[in-house]
Amino acid sequence: MKTLTAAALAAVIALGAGQAAAAEGAALPKYDWSFSGVFGKFDRAELQRGLQVYREVCSACHGLKYVAFRNLEALGYSEDEIKEMSAEYSVVDGPDDEGEMFERAGRPSDYFPSPFPNDKAAAAANNGAAPPDLSLMAKARPGGPDHIRGLLLGYEDPPAEFEALEGLSYNLYFPGNQIAMAAPLFDEAVEYADGTEATTEQMATDVASFLMWTAEPYLEERHSMGVKVVLFLLVFTGILYAAKRKVWSDLH
Amino acid sequence: MSGLKTNNAVIRWIEYRLPIFSFLDDAVGSGYPTPRNLNYWWNFGSLAGLALVILMLTGIMLAMQYTPHVIFAFDSVERIMRDVNSGWLLRYIHMNGGSFFFIVVYIHIFRGLYYGSYKAPRELLWILGVVILLLMMATAFMGYVLPWGQMSFWGATVITNLFSAIPLIGESIVTWLWGGFAVDNPTLNRFYALHYLLPFVIVGAVVLHIWALHRFGSSNPLGIEANGPQDKIPFHPYYTAKDAFGVGVFLVLFAAIVFFAPNLFGEPDNYIPANPLSTPAHIVPEWYFLPYYAILRAIPDKLLGVVAMFGSILILFVLPWIDRSPVRSAKFRPIYKQFFWIFLADCIVLGYIGAKPPEGIFLIVGRLATAYYFLHFFIIFVLSYVERPRPLPSSIGEAVLKGGGAAPPAAMAGEKA
Ligand code: HEC
Ligand code: HEM
Repeated sequence: MKTLTAAALAAVIALGAGQAAAAEGAALPKYDWSFSGVFGKFDRAELQRGLQVYREVCSACHGLKYVAFRNLEALGYSEDEIKEMSAEYSVVDGPDDEGEMFERAGRPSDYFPSPFPNDKAAAAANNGAAPPDLSLMAKARPGGPDHIRGLLLGYEDPPAEFEALEGLSYNLYFPGNQIAMAAPLFDEAVEYADGTEATTEQMATDVASFLMWTAEPYLEERHSMGVKVVLFLLVFTGILYAAKRKVWSDLH
Repeated sequence: MSGLKTNNAVIRWIEYRLPIFSFLDDAVGSGYPTPRNLNYWWNFGSLAGLALVILMLTGIMLAMQYTPHVIFAFDSVERIMRDVNSGWLLRYIHMNGGSFFFIVVYIHIFRGLYYGSYKAPRELLWILGVVILLLMMATAFMGYVLPWGQMSFWGATVITNLFSAIPLIGESIVTWLWGGFAVDNPTLNRFYALHYLLPFVIVGAVVLHIWALHRFGSSNPLGIEANGPQDKIPFHPYYTAKDAFGVGVFLVLFAAIVFFAPNLFGEPDNYIPANPLSTPAHIVPEWYFLPYYAILRAIPDKLLGVVAMFGSILILFVLPWIDRSPVRSAKFRPIYKQFFWIFLADCIVLGYIGAKPPEGIFLIVGRLATAYYFLHFFIIFVLSYVERPRPLPSSIGEAVLKGGGAAPPAAMAGEKA
């Protein structure tokens, strides 16, 4: 009977997984992320490099509107470093006492400013497709971080018979294989502060990992709390089983 | 009043004026005699109750932070995930609580189908269960709209549009449901109001369900009525202990999903804010609606598709009168038992097909599985006349005790496991 219960649950879970897999896209290369698995954690150095890639490359086109500068403390930056970093951005505030909007230097409590005033302007500047906000990207596509990494590494010369539309690039992992984002990364596109060699693959991995953090900032708390909760529940359930056996023992 | 005995003066004082302790004792305590041979499939009712309580508690706490407005809804859910203390935990519990509620209730329903729990004198109990299922579906559907992601919006659009298939008044009904000419802010507002309300209606239906249950008590795996004290044991401590163990197992599995795979049952598209101008490539409902979705799309005519989809649940209301066999448990119905497993497999196939685009082989399989779903009820109708059941034991006590010291649910011996 227990096997039956397990089989029923497995069937349901398989169904859920099947549903997730139903969405299209060429099979993505799977990367062994530091944050996957029950004990998974973020790699702080990787996140900091990913932030650098975002700031120096992706932020020209993509917003990160759910992330505030103060959140970067989780990546290991000090308060002063964050103050400095946020001051490099200018944000629109107001209205002031005269009723005018004004620009001022960013503060830690500000959110990453989006590069375009609205979607229409964003689309107009990018071959008709607005670059989506990246805050939740790692949860908004089947494959998550693997999708982002694959996409950034999936730029290739199109097969001979393939005709990409004007302004679109061929990409192995984008549904339909043509994307309005030109390959954003090339070797040495950034000079890493920590001296890591900036290969395209390195940058793609780092930024995908960083975007997993922006999408799921509480992943580490979730994992470590989960280990404790599940262990506690296993022991507790064992005790409940023993109690049940004891209570029922006088029936036979 | 049951034989509630206590030396506690306060309890006696209250009990004299408001006999609530004996009421509880008769409902889920030592004053409620229960068949001694219930197996673990009888745990799923209490688990459904637990899931409902978990959903209502987390739901009320989410409601304190959530904003039902098309411009703010998605952002307010993200605020819950990022800025509210333990907000991510609340939301993941609520989100997956919905899925676990359906898992538990579906198992509960198939338990009823296998052991013939819907038969006289428990028809009303069964009907109230189907009412709860319908209310759950409405609640979950409207809850899924609240985060206002792409699937929220497009799911709501597709499902509400189904009503336009009704001749003559269909279009007006859809406009009325929407509160406008598209799924928009008025729709979100009313769905939120109803999503808050319906769980309390479910609680009401659950009270009636349990009231009806207590009229004749639980059925049991043998499907014969308990006839004497040797067949029964008090609910407390025996089944309270057994249910508590079930709760432990449930919580382990639930916690494993909430903490390690919280988005397993979800659609990635729902992390994209709703956009009425961009239709997702595949609009799929939550997994628990997939079998009905498969039935809907299997039928080329829209109106008939809608009728079949709702019919697939409504037919359960009359099941007690379709299956006319006097024998309840599939244990003693060798042919019915086979068809039970085929029916279960058919429902799983329908769920699988519901997640696939309705084309090619998926469409063909979906149509066959849909036809079989309804054929099943005809088969068991005929079966109840032609099948020769195996002889029933004369009493629960005889069946349970003759085997000697087997594990408590000794009646499971004849079951596929
Ligand atoms: C020159 C502007 C530009 C830059 C720089 C840029 N992108 Fe994009 N990106 C776009 C546009 C435009 C789209 C929309 C593509 C489409 O829908 O066809 C897009 C789409 C995406 C998508 C979504 C793809 C999908 O599956 O829908 C991801 C992920 C992404 N970009 C990541 C990045 C990352 C990471 C960087 C930095 C390494 C980056 N982009 C840099 C313009 C840009
Ligand atoms: C029968 C019990 C219930 C079921 C089956 C249910 C189901 C759901 C589902 C499926 C969602 C969408 C989850 C998501 O993707 O985010 C949801 C969201 C929500 N529910 Fe419930 N719910 C129930 C009870 C309640 C109650 C009692 C409340 C209290 C008001 C509530 C408040 C909310 C709120 C505020 C949201 C939006 C926040 C969010 O999306 O996380 N729910 N519900």
